[in-house]
Amino acid sequence: MPSLITTSALQGLVPVRHGALALTDATPARITSVAPFKGREADVAQALKPLGLRFAAPNQVVEAAAGRCVWTGPGQAFLIDADPAPLTGLAALTDQSDGWVGLRLSGPGAEDALARLIPIDLRPQVFGAGSAARAPVGHMLSVVMRAPEGIEMLLFRSMARAAVHEIGVAMAALAARQQA
Amino acid sequence: MRITCPHCGARDRREFYYLGAEDYLHRPAEDAAPAAWDAYLHLRDNPAGATRDLWYHEQGCGAWLLVTRNTVTHEILGVRAVDGEATE
Ligand SMILES: [Zn+2]
Repeated sequence: MPSLITTSALQGLVPVRHGALALTDATPARITSVAPFKGREADVAQALKPLGLRFAAPNQVVEAAAGRCVWTGPGQAFLIDADPAPLTGLAALTDQSDGWVGLRLSGPGAEDALARLIPIDLRPQVFGAGSAARAPVGHMLSVVMRAPEGIEMLLFRSMARAAVHEIGVAMAALAARQQA
Repeated sequence: MRITCPHCGARDRREFYYLGAEDYLHRPAEDAAPAAWDAYLHLRDNPAGATRDLWYHEQGCGAWLLVTRNTVTHEILGVRAVDGEATE
């Protein structure tokens, strides 16, 4: 079998820069959907402990050296980057790595640009460290996370081009206002 | 119009998909009389005032919500997850 070259769905689309803002590729190496089996929540918590993680509460992202755990809905979280092997038999595990792209918007005013697309309050005093949300980016559903270097969004891989376009337009519009 | 999702908080109406009356939660038994199935499938109240219906937080957490709202004033009177606790 020929060996295929792994490329990001964002290749050639990012980075995008307008003013002080930069949109970059933050696609995780690995994403696993974790839905604990009924009554096994405590076991899942125990299994995540050695990774320095815990099962994320609603609207929360937990970060450790091994990776992140972000809430994605009732009874479900995404394990990002970390190996899900310790959770085998405790939760329904689904490899979602190839389904998503990650975009990071960084720089002063990132919240103002995203306010044009994401209808929730992203200001640091409301959406600070450890905050996450399921929210739309324009018409695209997303997992939005506060990250050390800005705001990160997981979006469907098939919508990568549309997402970069829409966020790019918001960045350009904000930069134009700041120049005026 | 905003709906307070028990999981996500107050969100804009555009994030939600509307299914229809609460009646969809009360499916008749398989051997129920044809009249019960007829009512389940076709008969709906059309109140001027409080009504309860099912909404799906499609652009958010993916939860099904039971929303009580006023059809005259558009006020949202209560929201709870079909599988969970009340928030209002
Ligand atoms: Zn929700």
